[in-house]
Amino acid sequence: MDQELRELYQQVILDHNKSPRNFRLIDHPTNHAEGYNPLCGDNITVFLNIIDKGIIEDISFQGSGCAISKASASLMTSLLKGKSVEEAEKIFNKFHELVTDKLGDNPDIDELGKLAVFGGVREFPARVKCASLAWHTMISALHNKNEKVVTE
Amino acid sequence: MHNKNSTLVESYSKLYDVRKIREDFPILKIMVHGKPLVYLDNAATTQKPQYVIDKTNNYYEKYNANIHRGVHALSQEATEAFESSRIIIKNFINALGKNEIIFTRGTTESINLVASSYGRKNIKEGDEIIISTMEHHSNIVPWQMLCAEKNAKLRIIPINEEGEIIFEEFEKMINEKTKFVSVVYASNSLGNVNPVKKIISLAHSYNIPVMLDAAQAVNHLKIDVQQLDCDFLAFSGHKLYGPTGIGILYGKVNHLEAMPPYQGGGDMISKVTFEETTYNELPHKFEAGTPDIAGAIGLGAAIEYIEKIGLENIAYHENILLEYATKAVSDLQGLRIIGTAKEKIGVLSFHFENVHPHDVGTFLDFEGVAIRTGHHCTQPLMRRFGVPATSRASFGMYNTIEEVDVLVNGLKKILEVFG
Repeated sequence: MDQELRELYQQVILDHNKSPRNFRLIDHPTNHAEGYNPLCGDNITVFLNIIDKGIIEDISFQGSGCAISKASASLMTSLLKGKSVEEAEKIFNKFHELVTDKLGDNPDIDELGKLAVFGGVREFPARVKCASLAWHTMISALHNKNEKVVTE
Repeated sequence: MHNKNSTLVESYSKLYDVRKIREDFPILKIMVHGKPLVYLDNAATTQKPQYVIDKTNNYYEKYNANIHRGVHALSQEATEAFESSRIIIKNFINALGKNEIIFTRGTTESINLVASSYGRKNIKEGDEIIISTMEHHSNIVPWQMLCAEKNAKLRIIPINEEGEIIFEEFEKMINEKTKFVSVVYASNSLGNVNPVKKIISLAHSYNIPVMLDAAQAVNHLKIDVQQLDCDFLAFSGHKLYGPTGIGILYGKVNHLEAMPPYQGGGDMISKVTFEETTYNELPHKFEAGTPDIAGAIGLGAAIEYIEKIGLENIAYHENILLEYATKAVSDLQGLRIIGTAKEKIGVLSFHFENVHPHDVGTFLDFEGVAIRTGHHCTQPLMRRFGVPATSRASFGMYNTIEEVDVLVNGLKKILEVFG
C-alpha cells in the first residue's frame, strides 16, 4: 500500500471501521443531533446523556458512512465518555485543528491520544469532512440545536 | 480472465483501433500517484481530443470577436464558425431546422429554460408533471420549483429492482391533469436506457409534451429527434468530448415560437425602446447575452470528431467494456451491481457490503483509477435502492480492456484491506 494511503487508513481506523464502538441508540438521550454530508450522502446521529454536573455520562452514534467517518465517530465516542462538556469542546477544537492542518507539521498530539491517527487526513482535503462530521454533529447535540448539521 | 471474455476482446480489437484513438487525447498520457491515469469517470465528464482543444484555441488565437454584431472581418468569421456549429448539431440530432437548436450552458440550463419559459406559461394550479425515480437532480428541482410556484403536483414513475421504469405505472399515472412529462433517456447513476419512444407515444396520445434529458445518452445512442418525436431534448457538450459550459436545448419550433423568452438582454431582441421590446426570432430569442462562442465552436468540433470515429463504433466498444467489466466484478465478494437493465450505456454502478464508496474511491485513486463515488446527484434513486452512495465506473471511447483489469485488481486489493 502507498505510504500516504497507509497514513490515512491506519490499522486503528480499519479496526474501528470494522467494529465501531458505541454504535447504538440511547433510548432517552438528553441531547442528540443529526449530521449529514451532502457530498456522499452520509448520515450520522449522535446521542448524549449529560448529567447534572455537565458530565457526558454516555455517548453513542448511529448511521452510515465511510471508514474514516465511522472510525472518527467510534473513537470520538470512546474518548468523550466521562468527560465534561467543556473538555469535549476543547478536544473538538484540537481535533479540528489537526485535520484542517492548523497545527503545522509537528502537532502537539499528546492531548489527542488515539485521535492522532487522523493526522493523515490533512493530505486528503476531500476527506476532511468525513473525519469531522461526527464531531460537528456532537457539538450541535451539546448545544441542543435542532437544525441538522450539514458539511459543505 | 474469463475465456469467453478473451474471445470477445480478440473479436473487437480488429474492428476498433483504441490505441490510435487514445493518441488523440493528450490527458491520457498523464500519471496519477505515479501510475498511468485510468480515466473511468466519463459519465461525469469526458476528456477532450486534441482536435477539440485546437479548434477552441484557434478561435481565441485567430479570430476572437463577438458574434452577430460587428461588420468587421473577425466578427464575421466568428459568427460563421458559431453558426456552423449550430448546423453540425442540428444534423447530429436530425432536427428539422437550425432555429430549433438553442445554445445553453448545459443540460441543467436547458431544463431550467423549459421549466421556466414553457412551464410558467402553461402549468396551472392542480396540473401534474411526471418525472421518473432515476432523474438527476437537474431534472427534479426545476420541476419542483415550478410546482411550488404554481401549486401543481410532481408525480414520480417508480422503477423495479433492475432500475427499469415500470411502464404500467406510468400508464396508470397519466391522466387529463398531466401537462408535461420529463424523463432521462439514459440514467447517469445506473446506465439504464429508458423506453423513451413508448413514453413519448403514450404521452402524445394524451397531447402531453415530453422532454428528454439526453446528457448521458447522446454520446452512446444515435439520436434522431424527428424519429423520437420528443418535444424538447437537452444535452451538454462536456459529456460529448466537447468543452464545459456549453449545452443544447432542442425544441420543436411550434413550442419555441409560443414560449416567452427565458432571459432578457442583448442578442435576443430585434428592437428595444424604453416602452417596449420586440423579441428576436428563433433561436436568438433564447440566447440573451454573449454566448460561450469558443465552447459552441468546440462542441461542433467534438461532434465532427465523434462522427469520424462513428457513434455506432463507440457504442459497440463501450458495450464490450461494460459486458467485460460486469462479468469481472460479479465474482467480487459482497459486491452488488446497482442498475441491471437489459439495455444499458457504459455505466457500471456498484456497492460493496462492507466498504464505503468513498474508501473505494480513495484507494482506486492511488492506483491511478478515476471513478465517481457518491450519490451522483440522484439522491432519491439512492434511497430507492437503500444505499447512501455507489461507486461508478463509466466508459468512454478511449478506455481499454486492460484498464478494466486495473480497476478490478484495485477492487481486489481493497477487499484484502477491508475484508
